[in-house]
Parts: sequence; structure tokens; C-alpha cells
Amino acid sequence: MNDIAIRVAEIGKRYRIGKAEKYKTLRDTLASAFTAPFRKVGSLLQGEVTDDTGLDEHIWALKDIAFEVRRGEVIGVIGGNGAGKSTLLKILSRITEPTTGFAEIHGRVGSLLEVGTGFHQELTGRENTYLNGAILGMNKKEIDRKFDEIVAFSEVEKFIDTPVKHYSSGMYLRLAFAVAAHLEPEILIVDEVLAVGDAGFQQKCLGKMGSVAKEGRTVLFVSHNMGAITQLCGTAVQLEKGRLKRIGPAAEVVNSYLSAVVGAELKSSWSDESSKSNGSDVRFRSARLLSTDEQPLSITTFNESLRVEIAYEVKVPIRNLSVTCLLYDSMNNLVFESMDTDMPEWNGQVREPDIYRATTQIPPFLLRPGRYHLSFAAFVEGVRVIEHLQRVLTFDVSGVGYTLQPKRDGIVSPVLDWKVCRFSENGQMV
Amino acid sequence: MESNTQVIRIEPSKGWVALQLHELWAYRELLYFLIWRDVMVRYKQTALGAAWAIIQPLFTMLVFSLFFGRLGKIPSDGIPYPIFAYVALVPWTFFSQGLSQASNSLVGSANLIKKVYFPRLCVPIAAVTSGLIDFALAFMVLLGMMLYYGILPGGKVIWLPVLLLLTIITSLGVSLWLSALNVRFRDVRHIVPFLTQIWLFATPIAYPSSLLSEPWRTLYSINPMVGVVEGFRWALLGAETAPGPMVMVSFLAALAILASGLFYFRRLEKTFADVV
Repeated sequence: MNDIAIRVAEIGKRYRIGKAEKYKTLRDTLASAFTAPFRKVGSLLQGEVTDDTGLDEHIWALKDIAFEVRRGEVIGVIGGNGAGKSTLLKILSRITEPTTGFAEIHGRVGSLLEVGTGFHQELTGRENTYLNGAILGMNKKEIDRKFDEIVAFSEVEKFIDTPVKHYSSGMYLRLAFAVAAHLEPEILIVDEVLAVGDAGFQQKCLGKMGSVAKEGRTVLFVSHNMGAITQLCGTAVQLEKGRLKRIGPAAEVVNSYLSAVVGAELKSSWSDESSKSNGSDVRFRSARLLSTDEQPLSITTFNESLRVEIAYEVKVPIRNLSVTCLLYDSMNNLVFESMDTDMPEWNGQVREPDIYRATTQIPPFLLRPGRYHLSFAAFVEGVRVIEHLQRVLTFDVSGVGYTLQPKRDGIVSPVLDWKVCRFSENGQMV
Repeated sequence: MESNTQVIRIEPSKGWVALQLHELWAYRELLYFLIWRDVMVRYKQTALGAAWAIIQPLFTMLVFSLFFGRLGKIPSDGIPYPIFAYVALVPWTFFSQGLSQASNSLVGSANLIKKVYFPRLCVPIAAVTSGLIDFALAFMVLLGMMLYYGILPGGKVIWLPVLLLLTIITSLGVSLWLSALNVRFRDVRHIVPFLTQIWLFATPIAYPSSLLSEPWRTLYSINPMVGVVEGFRWALLGAETAPGPMVMVSFLAALAILASGLFYFRRLEKTFADVV
């Protein structure tokens, strides 16, 4: 029992969703308009917080959630929008109460559902550091002790006595995260804080999260970033429509979650009615990413190659048609561009009307861990762009297999083949 | 080490819940920081700054002196009318400012309430108590006026802290009700200015409560601000109104408002994050 950090038992949370009152007679409506304030005051004094009686509909944002987190475990929570992830975090952070069930938390808990909670625009960086620290649960002595460290981490030393309303958004975020990063609870509950800021900032957050996890603290981490989940978490919980769908080793849960949403997220396809491609001579039909064993995916690892597949329909014969694939990183840098006519034997033949499928491989040991977007375009070199689809596919490259130490700068991070020979002083090879 | 690990149990609460004031104590540092924030922020980016704490009661006093004192010839228990009104306006301003700050405090801290756990009581308490700075400034002016009129407070002045406590209890009690209600019903925002205006005239600020005869006078002090105002006049200016019974009644009324406000607040607290 002693090694349990968080125990969640049959937790459920019900929300009321207001439902429009059924139309009655005008007299009823008028009557209720007159009596409503009195009924409201009446029910209010009884401590009821319902709206008009009996007309509400309920939804269960969470139902029958039960799991345990062992001390020192780093557990990820995943699921689509509306799966109940945030509600679960809010209950575990004691922001809102469950409707049924209970949870036990063994140890000092710190929750981080947002960075910079309670920052006040008019106060200086120094003042906000203390205020925010207190809000996150640190006491003054603790903040005093860590203050210099926090400021150094945030890199805003020069502006620490300037009101934060004059900060750039980057400085603001760095300071906010610096305070949060110095919270030292036994159990840390974190929501998608990594979703904000630029890639460098996200990398810094991930690094900090990783070191927190290594220190043996218990972490419960919610994210949409599957790369981060597989990288940081040993175990993952998948929620779906408020229910616990799966719990197990992170890699397995992430894989099954991703394969379940293949149609929705891993593949983009465009129907005939889609206005995007209508009326043009080339119509994109679908695009997807595949692993080496033909599994659709939206996350890959640094050390695996990735197949890009795109299908398009040519409606009239076109000479010199190229379909190009543009890869952008999360900061919108164009990483590279590659065309389906990049073969030496291509000589600008006519593409007859038909459906074509173009596939290629992005080699492993090239794309640094992070998030990428693919855009596609069909064009005739030097003549016209026929079709252009932006940010059609999104995928993550996880840090698995990324062993370069220290981390390398640059848009790509290829592992190149090096040969090192040694020469003696007189120019003779040894 | 295992033995001192605290266990938090999270479960649905039913009906009226315990006040858990010890938890408020555990979060006293946060409370301190919130008060400090409210004080720091109150007059940021205003041209006159903290002078506002004095301008409000001072100008109200001038208007009252002109219309009620000079033109209306309202009696003032043998005390010069300007200081008669001002001594009442000092605690009154604390009360009405506290109400307007606190009733909006929870809604104004919505982002905090939705993202972090802490006893929500901290928020209205901070909003009310941060007004003590303004009170102190306005009180300085009162001391100046007493010098000017040559009024020296007698030994009765030792009761002043008790009367200040009564003012705080009253402000806090009403603020707890209003702030909790405001989370659910934003009507409160419209009620507060109206409420304080009526309350102003239901309190003997522009007139003395000696206009009423007993037992109505004592009954009148069910409005706790009656006890506050009469108490202030008696303790500081030596008004011969013997307000003992009135202050007692006001104290009981104020404690009732505070206690009911605390329970009501705690009862609604669990819904704040979902509703605000």
C-alpha cells in the first residue's frame, strides 16, 4: 500500500448542460418570468445551485475511472478532445469535486494546469515570482531560497524589476515556467504546458520534465504530444468519452490510440464534393504516413524511416506535371522539398488522365525530435500551380533513438558517417 | 518518512460542509500574498494614487456638511457637523469599498479558481482586508480634523480596536454572501451599488441615531453599521450617546451575518470552478 501515490476509485463527474425550456403558452411564460426570480431566491437559500428545476440535461464528463499510480511512476494521460483528461486533472488538483467515487493522493501535490497562473500585469517580475510561487504552493522561505535560480533559469535578470506587462510574450512565458519548474512537490500533476511557446521553449520544458521524472518523483502528465508521452512516461492511460479505455505501457497505449484514430487524423482524404480540389485539372485524393511495416502513423521515432503516400487524380493530360511535398517544422521552417518527379529517368512525359499513387521514404537519423507538417502541391514547372494543400499531415518524431549528446542545433540533425584518420607530425599516416 | 506523508482524500461533499478554518490557516501565506497583491495593485496607473483613499470620504463629508448640516440643519449630537459626518464616513468607506471589491473578487479571480486549488475564502478576505490601508490613510485625516476642532479622545478610545473588528466582521460577512452569489448570478454586480446607497441612508452617517427613541434605537442597530458608526463617534469624539446596547446588538447581528456567510460560501465553494 505504501508505494501508492495516487489512487483513483470509480471517479465520476457529471456536468449539467443547460437545455432550452420547452415552449409553453404565453401565459405560462409570463407567469414563470414573474415567479422565476422568487423561485431562484428560494432555491438559492436552500443552497441549490441548479437552474430551473428538472429541465437540465446531464452529461458524464468522467465515469467509473479507476487506476493507481505508484510512487515514482511517470504516467501519461491521453485521449481525444472531450475525453475527460482536463476534468480528471481538475479533480485530482482539487479544483472541482467529483460527483461519485473518490481519489487519494499520498504526498505533497503540486499541480500545473497552466504556467503563469495569477500573474498580474501591473506587478514586476520579482513581485510576480513571489505571488505565483505562493499560488503554486511554495512558502516565502522556499521562494527566497530559489529566487536567484528561478531568475537565472528564466533569463530575464535585467527586467526582473519591470512590470510584466512590458515583457515580450517569450519573456513572460520563460519567467512563468521558471517559477513552475522550481516547484518541488512529491507528486506533480501537469497539463499540456508544453503546448505553448516556441520549439526551443518546448524543448526546455520537456528537458525539465524529464529531469523531474528522473529524480524519482511521481508525475501525472496530460498531453496531445505523443512524442512527449512515449519519451517521458512509462505508463499511459487512455480516456475515451469519459471512460477509461486502456492502461498499460506507454508505447502500447499510444500505438493503439493512434491506430484507433487512423481515419480521423493519420490520413487526409478529399471527397469529390470537396471544394478544395474541385474544378482543377489535378485533384488530391488522399495522403498518409506509413511506418516501414505499412502501418499508418502520426508518430515516428528518430531511428526509423517514414513513408509518405499521396494519391492524386489527373483529369486532363498534363505535360511536365510535378507533385511536390514540403516538410515544415514546428517553427514553420521549410526543412525540405521533394517532388515525385525527382528521378533521373524522368523527362517530363505527359501524365495521362488516371489516378496516381506516389510514395517515398524519409530516411531515419535525419529529422530532429519534434513536430512536423506536410504540405503538398501540384504544378507545372514555370507555368502554373494547379493545386496547393497546406499543412495536410502532422506528425511527431519522438526522441527514441536520438542519442546525440549534446543535442545538436540546426533544422535537421543527420547522423552522418564520419571517418577519422590520424596523422603524425611529419604528415605520415600512422 | 512514510508516516508523515499526508494523505488527501478527494470525494464529493454533501450538503452543508465543515468550515475547515484550519485549512485557511495552512494557506495563510497565500492569503498574505493576495492581500499584498490587492494593496499593490489598487492604485497602480492612477494619477492620484493613494490620495483616492482620502478624497472619497472627504468629499462626501463636504457635500453632507453643505446639504445636511448647513442647509438641512440636521442635529449632530453637539459635535461640529463636518467631523460628525467624517468620523462615520471613515468606517463606512471601508465597508462600502470592501463590498464592491469583494463582491467581484471571485469572478475577477476566475482564472485562478479554475487553475489552482486553495481555500477560496482567501479571495474575498484579501479583498476586504486590503482596504485597511485606505482606512488607515482616511483615519490620519480624521486625526488632523480632531486636532483642528480641538477634540481629544478620552479613555474610551481603547474600544476602537473592538469597533474596528466589528467593521471588519460586518464587511466580511456581507462580502462572503455577495461574492458567492455573484459567481452564480451576475445580478449581484448591479445590486451592489444600489445596496450600498440604500445602506448608507439606513445608517446614521448624515444624521444621529438619537433621532430615534428607545427601543427603536437599539432595534435599529440590527444593522451592524449602526453600532459601528455610533461606536466610533462615542469612542473618538466623546458623543454622549451611550451606545453600549447598540454595539452589542450590532455585534450579534454581524456575527450572524458572518457565520451564515461562511457556511453559505463553503457550501457553494465546490461549484465555483465549474460555474464561474
